[in-house]
Amino acid sequence: MISSIQTDNNVVFDKATKIFLGVLAALTFLVIICNTMFEAGSALYIPTYTVTLLGKYLTFALLAVAVDLIWGYLGILSLGHGAFFALGGYAMGMYLMRQIGDRGVYGDPVLPDFMVFLNWSELPWFWHGFDQFWFAALMVVVAPGVLAFVFGWLAFRSRVTGVYLSIITQALTFALMLAFYRNEMGFGGNNGLTDFKDILGFDLQSDVTRLTLFGLSALALACGYIACRFIVTSKLGRLAMAIRDAESRTRFIGYKVENFKLWIWTFSAALAGIAGALYVPQVGIINPNEFSPLNSIELVVWVALGGRATLYGAVVGAIFVNYAKTYFTGVLPEVWLFALGGLFVVTTIFLPKGVAGLMARKEAAA
Amino acid sequence: MASLRNCLGRSFVALILLFMSHALSASQQSYDDGVEALTSAKLKKVAVGVQLLIDSKHADSQSILSALLDGKLFRHKKEKTLVQVIDETDEGKTVVFLSDPSRTELITKKRAIKRVPLNNNLRRDIRGFLAAQNIQNEDSSVRSAAIQSLLKGADENSLRVMQEQRKVEQDKDVLFLLDTAIALDTLEKGNTEQKLQAITVLEESLEPDVRNALQVYADKNEDPVSAAASKALDKIAEKADFYSVLETIFFGLSLGSVLVLAAIGLAITFGVMGCINMAHGELIMIGAYTTYVIQLLMPNSIGASIIVAIPAAFVVSGLVGIAIERGVIQFLKGRPLETLLATFGISLVLQQAVRTIFSPLNRSVETPEWMSGSIDINPIFSITLNRLYIILFCLAVFALLFFILKKTVLGLQVRAVSQNRDMARAMGVRSEWVDALTFGLGSGVAGVAGVALSQLTNVGPNLGQSYIIDSFMVVVFGGVGNLWGTLVAGMSLGVANKLLEPMSGAVLAKILVLIFIILFIQKKPRGLFPQKGRAAEA
Repeated sequence: MISSIQTDNNVVFDKATKIFLGVLAALTFLVIICNTMFEAGSALYIPTYTVTLLGKYLTFALLAVAVDLIWGYLGILSLGHGAFFALGGYAMGMYLMRQIGDRGVYGDPVLPDFMVFLNWSELPWFWHGFDQFWFAALMVVVAPGVLAFVFGWLAFRSRVTGVYLSIITQALTFALMLAFYRNEMGFGGNNGLTDFKDILGFDLQSDVTRLTLFGLSALALACGYIACRFIVTSKLGRLAMAIRDAESRTRFIGYKVENFKLWIWTFSAALAGIAGALYVPQVGIINPNEFSPLNSIELVVWVALGGRATLYGAVVGAIFVNYAKTYFTGVLPEVWLFALGGLFVVTTIFLPKGVAGLMARKEAAA
Repeated sequence: MASLRNCLGRSFVALILLFMSHALSASQQSYDDGVEALTSAKLKKVAVGVQLLIDSKHADSQSILSALLDGKLFRHKKEKTLVQVIDETDEGKTVVFLSDPSRTELITKKRAIKRVPLNNNLRRDIRGFLAAQNIQNEDSSVRSAAIQSLLKGADENSLRVMQEQRKVEQDKDVLFLLDTAIALDTLEKGNTEQKLQAITVLEESLEPDVRNALQVYADKNEDPVSAAASKALDKIAEKADFYSVLETIFFGLSLGSVLVLAAIGLAITFGVMGCINMAHGELIMIGAYTTYVIQLLMPNSIGASIIVAIPAAFVVSGLVGIAIERGVIQFLKGRPLETLLATFGISLVLQQAVRTIFSPLNRSVETPEWMSGSIDINPIFSITLNRLYIILFCLAVFALLFFILKKTVLGLQVRAVSQNRDMARAMGVRSEWVDALTFGLGSGVAGVAGVALSQLTNVGPNLGQSYIIDSFMVVVFGGVGNLWGTLVAGMSLGVANKLLEPMSGAVLAKILVLIFIILFIQKKPRGLFPQKGRAAEA
């Protein structure tokens, strides 16, 4: 049933992917041109603030693609993917924190402000190395990847599936949230990491840096999307779908189900980490709230709304819901939760395949 | 009094009564004189008055003297009579006349009344008298409180009273306290032999004052008393440790009861329908708000409002639950992950609805009189009543649910549907109807849990959210669809949490418990008490 949505299962760059990448590239260039070529006040000018906002949406879209990969194609509903996103964000945040150097309020050349505030005399061991960008960039992938690997290895090996798995992923992100709220953890407690100055020597407040980060987010989304397409069109992807539809049968045929699950799961977590790393410099803060179970479950509804197992549906859902969130929380803050809650109910009951499914049905009718 | 004397002026009996009333009037006389003397501004005369009052053994002298000790006894300058301050505000002092307790007056001029003077000697006399009075009080709780206040150091007079009381004391606990107080005095004043004797008495006591006194001797270099004192301290510490573990377990059980209450409804719906209800926490919240509303409706009888709130919360939450089942969940049969998402959406809507109706601020629900207070088992271990009631309430709810599921027709059908839905339908069980009722039952129990929670924490829109993950952990740990599993899991998680807390802090304890469950699920994916048979594989 779900395969009918896709035009072709074997080609990485099928019609939908080509359209998606084309639209993404076109819009990215349009935004960059509108921001740089037009003067402020012109009808076509896009302010840098909006560019950053769009960049934030793109990192959410990448996160949604990561979730769609495991939920849509592998059948694992993760209610804790926000944790991997946040871990990637923290890794980037730690790098940005070290870049502040002695420009902090307390002016300590090595220790971030919050450590000086807590009367710590030296850098905790896990903060070493984060003054190097390459190391931080590595940790953006490694930290969520290792956590996902360990967690997945334990969970899949003992065949925890379905709602049980969903619940313990939620417990995982909840436990991490509680842990990161503690000052003793050395991640800034509930204030998190903020007050960033620059990245790789470029001022984070400057328009050019922000525009570059936006462009990088679009690039990362495109690359992540293509990578996921590679996976779902490969033999591994076919196996994933087999596992999703009939796990026991796949196992009986002789495949090591848990291994396939584990690798796709870990890859998805790493992708979420990259999204988090791009998110942090654009919003300028990372705090334990990113670990909250509400965030993780909210991102699941982006995918559900856009349509599972399509990848582009996840992107559409993420951007649409986040735009609605920005709009509503600005105009009618008390309506937002009603709208979000209603969206959950309506999507699951009336749009089981999301907006993408709706479009495919129309196409089939035409 | 005179007419009384006339009536009974005939027989021998009357003679005795005459004697008694005479004695009474003598006491009355010295009481009146004493009160009269207190109106004087001279300290000397006041001292005479105090002595007269103490000697009079009049029933009212105790209250007058304690008012005097507290500095609440004043002389009304104009009327030359004694008044007692009962209320003091910025406007002035409200006083009541001792001669006529029904007469009160608001004194606005500072100089209209004058405090009855007192010095330290008099204070000591009065304190000794009051303590002695209390030591011989009829109420054993007053006696033990009085003796307890003397453990810090007793004067000669009260020591004498205590020694007298010791000979006639019947109550075992009070007797022990008396022994302790006397032994403490001996420890201070006796010779080495007596001191050692006293320590053997003291090592049985858990009073903090005793420990302090022993510590003083243990730190001194005065063998063999110091050695005996430190040995006694070790023994006390051992006992104290035991009771602190007991207390932790009690706290753990009460936390566990809350968890069980919150999770048991979830266990029923999850077990029977195989779907996760993420709005369960909000049903708890609705129960708590029902309690709040009912308390607003009957502000004059807080004690009864809790009793009314229990069925009310059951009905309100139950109806909301049935509405959720009929409105949403029945369309998502066989799709547990979607059910999870849809009910999560409902939980968001309910939260926001409560925020809109009641404001996002926390509301506090009053604890009724009969639920506050505590039972003191010994000086360092006491059982707070509201926690005790929550444990009992949880067990009662558990027993009731157990009865419903095992002994009623509905229970039979619920079990049938949860084990094999298709077969149950083939046998004529209306599974839709059972689903709705089960969901109503589970939701109603959530509402009842909300009533209990409203007694422990503030009622707010986020109340449910903070318990939902814990409830899931309990259900998953205990095994789905198993009431015993939920009970055991909830209680053990509660106790584990509280046992870990002193070692690692509250937050870390919670994290450790979560990590433990995550690891536990790997080992036993179906919980502590897994369902057996073919149903388990479905």
